[in-house]
Amino acid sequence: MLIADAGRFALQAIISHRLRSFLTLLGIAVGIAAVILLTSIGEGVHQFVLKEFTQFGTNVIGVSPGKVKTGGQPPTGIPTTARLLTMEDAESLKQLPHVTGSTPTVWGNSEVENNGRLRRTTIYGVDADFVRVFSAKVQIGSFLPREGAGDSRAFVVLGSKLRKELFGTENPLGARVRIGGLHFRVIGVLAPKGQFLGIDLDDTAYIPAARALELYNREGLMEIQVLYTEGTSSATVASAVKQRLALRHGHEDFTITTQEDMLKTLSNILNILTMAVGALGGISLLVGSVGIVTIMTISVTERTNEIGLLVALGARQRTILGLFLSESVILAVLGGVLGLLLGIGLAQFLHLLMPNFPVHTPWSFALIAVVVSGVIGLLAGVLPAISASRLDPIDALRAE
Amino acid sequence: MSDERLISPDISPLTSSLISLGGINRTFYLGDSQVHALRDVNLTITSGEYIAVMGPSGSGKSTLLNLLGLLDRPDEGSYKLEGRDVTTLDADELAAVRSERIGFIFQSFHLVPRLTAAANIELPLVLSGFPKADRAKRVSQALQEYGLTDRAHHRPNELSGGQRQRVAIARATILRPAVLLADEPTGNLDRSTGEEVVKLLEKLNAQGMTLIVVTHDQALGARARRQIRMEDGGVVSDIVSAK
Ligand SMILES: Nc1ncnc2c1ncn2[C@@H]1O[C@H](COP(=O)(O)OP(=O)(O)OP(=O)(O)O)[C@@H](O)[C@H]1O
Ligand SMILES: [Mg+2]
Repeated sequence: MLIADAGRFALQAIISHRLRSFLTLLGIAVGIAAVILLTSIGEGVHQFVLKEFTQFGTNVIGVSPGKVKTGGQPPTGIPTTARLLTMEDAESLKQLPHVTGSTPTVWGNSEVENNGRLRRTTIYGVDADFVRVFSAKVQIGSFLPREGAGDSRAFVVLGSKLRKELFGTENPLGARVRIGGLHFRVIGVLAPKGQFLGIDLDDTAYIPAARALELYNREGLMEIQVLYTEGTSSATVASAVKQRLALRHGHEDFTITTQEDMLKTLSNILNILTMAVGALGGISLLVGSVGIVTIMTISVTERTNEIGLLVALGARQRTILGLFLSESVILAVLGGVLGLLLGIGLAQFLHLLMPNFPVHTPWSFALIAVVVSGVIGLLAGVLPAISASRLDPIDALRAE
Repeated sequence: MSDERLISPDISPLTSSLISLGGINRTFYLGDSQVHALRDVNLTITSGEYIAVMGPSGSGKSTLLNLLGLLDRPDEGSYKLEGRDVTTLDADELAAVRSERIGFIFQSFHLVPRLTAAANIELPLVLSGFPKADRAKRVSQALQEYGLTDRAHHRPNELSGGQRQRVAIARATILRPAVLLADEPTGNLDRSTGEEVVKLLEKLNAQGMTLIVVTHDQALGARARRQIRMEDGGVVSDIVSAK
């Protein structure tokens, strides 16, 4: 029997029970739609989160002191042999090939005061490279000047929100503010950057790292951020950074985290999440496939006579198996396609209702959905089709 | 019934025999009881014969026909179809023989309800994988031969009993089988429609197709040149009337 004929024969059988077939394929459709919708949301969240993380640029490498697998301080009482990260370390990294900038970072919380207006906020100690490393923009004035490590002046650059809180509409440039116990002169304001995972990036103040060390009474930096040219492999730069610092420190007593590694890890976690919600939707798909098994079993019973006739007309067992299998596969694939449209439609509808809610349906999901529904049809149809092909033709012909 | 003669079951091997059954036994087991549906049946059928199989209900007529049509296997005995031992064929080979050499006609027509008359007739061609273009020609020819052209696109439930049986006959003969097996083909038809159907079958026989009809109808049985009578699973008489 030609494949096209088998397909047509199966389709005719499906069409002859319009309502019943529709309800059966609806079961698969709902399952596929659920999987598509849930994974679309998962994928949307995935992309949203990654975008949040990549807004600072992806070609950044972080160096933090101490060779530790996990974060946190070494246990107290045990003297650490780890050398601190210094301003000089940061300075020396700037010289490496492919490195376009590096900023020391120290942060803490302090009260910032201007003319009696007080605000507790996050203070970052950085250097001139900060704007490039974190793709920040200066709104008015200028950012911290490039200076030798020893003699950084007491300048401060304000985040846009902090500026508004402290100065309102006044021009802050040239004003003197007090941070902790020290005095700083405002030389610039950064353009708004918005929120990052709930942290307000504009409610901050940036001071030279040396000043921050002084302010927080620290000896070493908390981190050095290294920016390298786009297109260079992060591994190359990371190993150069490692070599240089190891040379300076005598051994490897620091930890390098590339943005790329971090994003990869994050992406993996989010993928697992997407798969988990997809699996939830898969449960309804399972219910849908049980529907196919049921309807195919009923169909074989109802058409016992027809099966006997087909055998009498010279159909092989394999042909009969194929006919019933194609029927369940067609049923499931039709359901899959309907479910796909339903799922994408719902996802788009959600997107229309809540434009900020991240939904994204990758084409690969659509393809997978149709293939999966086909496989479901095959699996669901196997048992009924086998029982059809094994019917005794005489019994089948005599059946009422 | 003057020129009747009994023919011996052991016909000369030189005769071109289409079917030869030897020592066929078939027993059905139902729980503890067993039914000996065929007992030691020996038959030789020559190509082109017209045979009526008669006998009381439960005497094994349908069982014999199913066996001849390769839908059933004997428990014992030999069956040669066109000189070939068919008891040793595997399922696919049997299917091929059924498809090419045997045509079935049933009392209850067994048309596929969702298919049109034309599609029902086309079924054997479709099953044996004929290309579409060839099929259309053959089907329309068959529709014409059986006077069904204007009913081609009707479904079985829109056809009369006689028309349904004509569709079934067209379907059984579309591949020009060597043997036509009809199990009470007129059982569900009134006398005149039945007559019409029998005439069609006889016409096919006249064209050379071997025709074996199971019937309860004495008048119908009498029209066949050879009459086989069965009782309790055995052949009790096998008469050829020379007309
Ligand atoms: N599949 C089966 N399983 C069990 N017993 C069967 C089966 N087929 C036939 N028989 C038995 O074998 C015997 C012969 O049956 P068969 O159908 O050949 O009779 P028949 O001569 O065609 O009768 P009728 O004229 O009523 O159609 C009967 O006793 C029947 O009950
Ligand atoms: Mg019978």
